[in-house]
Amino acid sequence: MATPLVVSDVAKSFTMHLRDGIKLPVVAGVSFSIRSGECAVLGGPSGAGKSSILKMLYGNYAVDEGQIIVQHEDGLIDLATASPRTVLAVRRLTIGYVSQFLRTVPRVSALDVVAEPLVERGADREVARNKARALLAQLNLPEKLWALPPATFSGGEQQRVNIARGFITEHPILLLDEPTASLDARNRDVVIALIAAKKAAGVALLGIFHDRDVREAVADRVIDVTAFAAGKIAA
Amino acid sequence: MTDEPLLRVSALSKFYGSRVGCENVTFDLWPGEVLAVVGESGSGKTTLLNCLSTRLLPSSGTASYRMRDSQFRELYRMSEAERRFLMRTDWGFVHQNPADGLRMTVSAGANVGERLMAVGDRHYGKIRATAVDWLSRVEIDEDRIDDEPRAFSGGMRQRLQIARNLVTGPRLVFMDEPTGGLDVSVQARLLDLLRGLVTDLGLAAIVVTHDLAVARLLSQRMMVMKDGRVVESGLTDRVLDDPRAPYTQLLVSSILQV
Repeated sequence: MATPLVVSDVAKSFTMHLRDGIKLPVVAGVSFSIRSGECAVLGGPSGAGKSSILKMLYGNYAVDEGQIIVQHEDGLIDLATASPRTVLAVRRLTIGYVSQFLRTVPRVSALDVVAEPLVERGADREVARNKARALLAQLNLPEKLWALPPATFSGGEQQRVNIARGFITEHPILLLDEPTASLDARNRDVVIALIAAKKAAGVALLGIFHDRDVREAVADRVIDVTAFAAGKIAA
Repeated sequence: MTDEPLLRVSALSKFYGSRVGCENVTFDLWPGEVLAVVGESGSGKTTLLNCLSTRLLPSSGTASYRMRDSQFRELYRMSEAERRFLMRTDWGFVHQNPADGLRMTVSAGANVGERLMAVGDRHYGKIRATAVDWLSRVEIDEDRIDDEPRAFSGGMRQRLQIARNLVTGPRLVFMDEPTGGLDVSVQARLLDLLRGLVTDLGLAAIVVTHDLAVARLLSQRMMVMKDGRVVESGLTDRVLDDPRAPYTQLLVSSILQV
């Protein structure tokens, strides 16, 4: 089985220069790998560093130490040291990400927000829009909202737009940061089905799910983030 | 996608006497990439932009640009005429104040058409048709084509300036605070327009702004400047979500939440 993502000995801390340069350790010694077709879940209490780990994997947070090796196109790339341009290419083709909150752009319709990642990958705009329509329908977003910019949508509606945007592409690796936090039971089940379909398609998934039902339904294994507590190593 | 940058900048410095304008700036810009240069007034970002666009000559350092024939040319070794030709055809420059980039006393259509004539277009009907097309792309009604920009609102003037710059199909556009001085609603419209045009046309752009929200919306990469030096650079969301330099942390923490 292919292993498209290998994390070894990654450490992260924040230095707060506005607070006399105090150093806040977040995680250290983070090591795990994800195989194609499995869904691993980052477990641990709030503040353990789960989101920080996801953000490092997406290049959104800088990495202090260690390696994040990703299979990208026909080679291997260390995201911890990759140039911004390489990180952008990895995001476009290899790693998808469903963030907790949708960052809206003024005046862009929900449909185009969802279709955009496919268009960026070179898909025809109408083909991308059709796929976006199918996903939004599957996620029960009322059709009358599709043409509107999501800025004024409710939390649950925005999250469904965000999920559709994250699931529309065929990235071989998909990161999920609490995609079900503000969804009702019916839509949680839709997300569980979407994740199952990704697994069947051979996608490697890594997620954070505080909702126990969802976690139990999708997780093949749980990676305990408390094992990477930075204090442990420092102490 | 090509593997060669469009612009290569190496150790660029500009001194005004003993005062530093910008110092030791190095970066590459690839086709289709939008780079935001942020920092407060006096940080050297406008000096850098003016050096890159050859409106100012640097004190030291080099910048080479990949011409349409794929050959790199050293910008500061070109003749004045060559640089002006580049500026009129392959480059655009969007000023903060539209009055600096437009001719205020000729019609909107002529403002757009003039750039086309500069690249050798002579057919009046075709020039007018292209002008109409570009005015509609920047959401200016066709019936305003014969009006002078001084009769336009600030937001409309800025959109007209953008049309004037993009009509020749440039590959690189410099923007100096393109949304500065506009109402927020007008700003949002302009940003959305710019974002769409940059994506559709595959433009590379260097955008100077002090507004981090503008940088986040438009750019993929960001350079933070202070006292003429680049204190931090990287992916825009990385710099904004995990700022590392003391000055960047100060900037990010100073953003007002709405």
